[in-house]
Amino acid sequence: MFQHIGEIITLFWRTLQALPLCWRQRGKIAAQLFEIGNVSLMMVCILSLFIAGVVALQTGPVMVSHGLGSVVGGMIGLSMCKEFAPVMMSILIAGRIGSAMAAEIGAMRVYQEIDALHTMNIDPVHYLVLPRMVAIALALPALVTFSSPVGWFGGALVCTLNQRIGISFDAFFHSLRDEVDPGDIFNGIFKSFIFALAIGIISCHQGLVTRGGPRAIGRSVTKAVVNSIVVILILDYFLTRILLYVQK
Amino acid sequence: MSANPNQLENVSVEVSGLRKSFGKLQVLNGINFKVNPGEIFVIMGPSGSGKSVLLRHIIGLETPDAGQILIQGEPVGANGVRDKYRMALVFQSAALLTSLSVGENVGLYLTEHFSKTPAEIATIVVAKLEAVGLAGLQDRSPGELSGGMQKRVAIARALVMEPQLFLFDEPTAELDPPMAVTIDEEILKLKNRTHATSIIVTHDRTLAFSLADRVAMIFDGQIVFVGTPEEVKRQTEPRIHEFIYAKMPTSKPS
Repeated sequence: MFQHIGEIITLFWRTLQALPLCWRQRGKIAAQLFEIGNVSLMMVCILSLFIAGVVALQTGPVMVSHGLGSVVGGMIGLSMCKEFAPVMMSILIAGRIGSAMAAEIGAMRVYQEIDALHTMNIDPVHYLVLPRMVAIALALPALVTFSSPVGWFGGALVCTLNQRIGISFDAFFHSLRDEVDPGDIFNGIFKSFIFALAIGIISCHQGLVTRGGPRAIGRSVTKAVVNSIVVILILDYFLTRILLYVQK
Repeated sequence: MSANPNQLENVSVEVSGLRKSFGKLQVLNGINFKVNPGEIFVIMGPSGSGKSVLLRHIIGLETPDAGQILIQGEPVGANGVRDKYRMALVFQSAALLTSLSVGENVGLYLTEHFSKTPAEIATIVVAKLEAVGLAGLQDRSPGELSGGMQKRVAIARALVMEPQLFLFDEPTAELDPPMAVTIDEEILKLKNRTHATSIIVTHDRTLAFSLADRVAMIFDGQIVFVGTPEEVKRQTEPRIHEFIYAKMPTSKPS
């Protein structure tokens, strides 16, 4: 395990060193951005809508019965932008994009395509890792920025339509405006940026260390997704602690 | 035929005391040989004798446990040597990037090293594909080509680098006899056109004897003989003799 952590840190450092080459790799970055955005946008909308809807369904009636209906909008607003949007979208992206990264790079490793790059003096970190890392680091925060308002809308819809909650759109968003400030939205975006780096580097590393045949590619994909999700949840705790301290 | 005046100087390769093991399996067991500039040097031996691993060491894809490989007198692993000398390897599996078209594969070296404009790269790609008899296939996907065609695309991709050292890993493996002859001819044309130093790893006797300036026989991770094709044919060492003169059974078993 420590060897893998060391390799991941080294790969991350080499990717950071390659950042000045971003302009040269802009074509590949754009292709990756399109790939991530295109396959994920619809899923992000559906997920955000329903997560906020479920939160509203679970908490709304209880809070209203205790006379706390005026804070339901703020609570759902905060929970979406600070926690659910960054964490759930990151888990979604780990499953959809992290797995694709690990599979593609893993297949290239197994079928000697990465060796072919080496023989042409093409650094796989520049050619494969850098565009994916930059693309996911841009795309995931953008998706999370998009996810929060969609979730708010879903929460407001449920609060309005559910008779046990019965909070109007106006009342929901009035409460939300009172509780959520731009710092909270930035909080979630910052978390998703860190999660994006974690997903990207874990998935690319897992692809690069794939050895063997098709079964090894499958194993790499599973490891990339599981490790990414575990790291996202661990990082979430520590980032939340740090951000709560900073926001005091 | 005279050499291209823009051609880079061809290189010598010297391998000494090369050892490599994977776990408990000793694959290379003290390899020594020297390849002269511009020579076609064939390394021949049975499957599993360490030929491909040796080739991967020469181009720097593997790190030896002991010994060294010198390209024009400089260790292949030293800083800057891979940038200084152009080396190309044609893989047994061709190793084309399946996410790219044939043309993008052939032009990949130039595209990634930003040494030419896209228009110049397109012209070079067309010329190199024509040189290997695959004109007009630049928009195809590698998956649409036969094994032999993929190998020729890999040769075109290597040609684009204008290498000083050409390495071929089993260039005729898994090919039907006419296609194997075509690949032989491509390698020979390449030699006449570029005068690059070539190292070919194979167990194909026809290929070895028709192309080689010298042949090295490798068994169990050791070079047991180096000589001209005629000298190899005259060898009486049992393993070499058996390998060179192995024949199909003349009658069907009853």
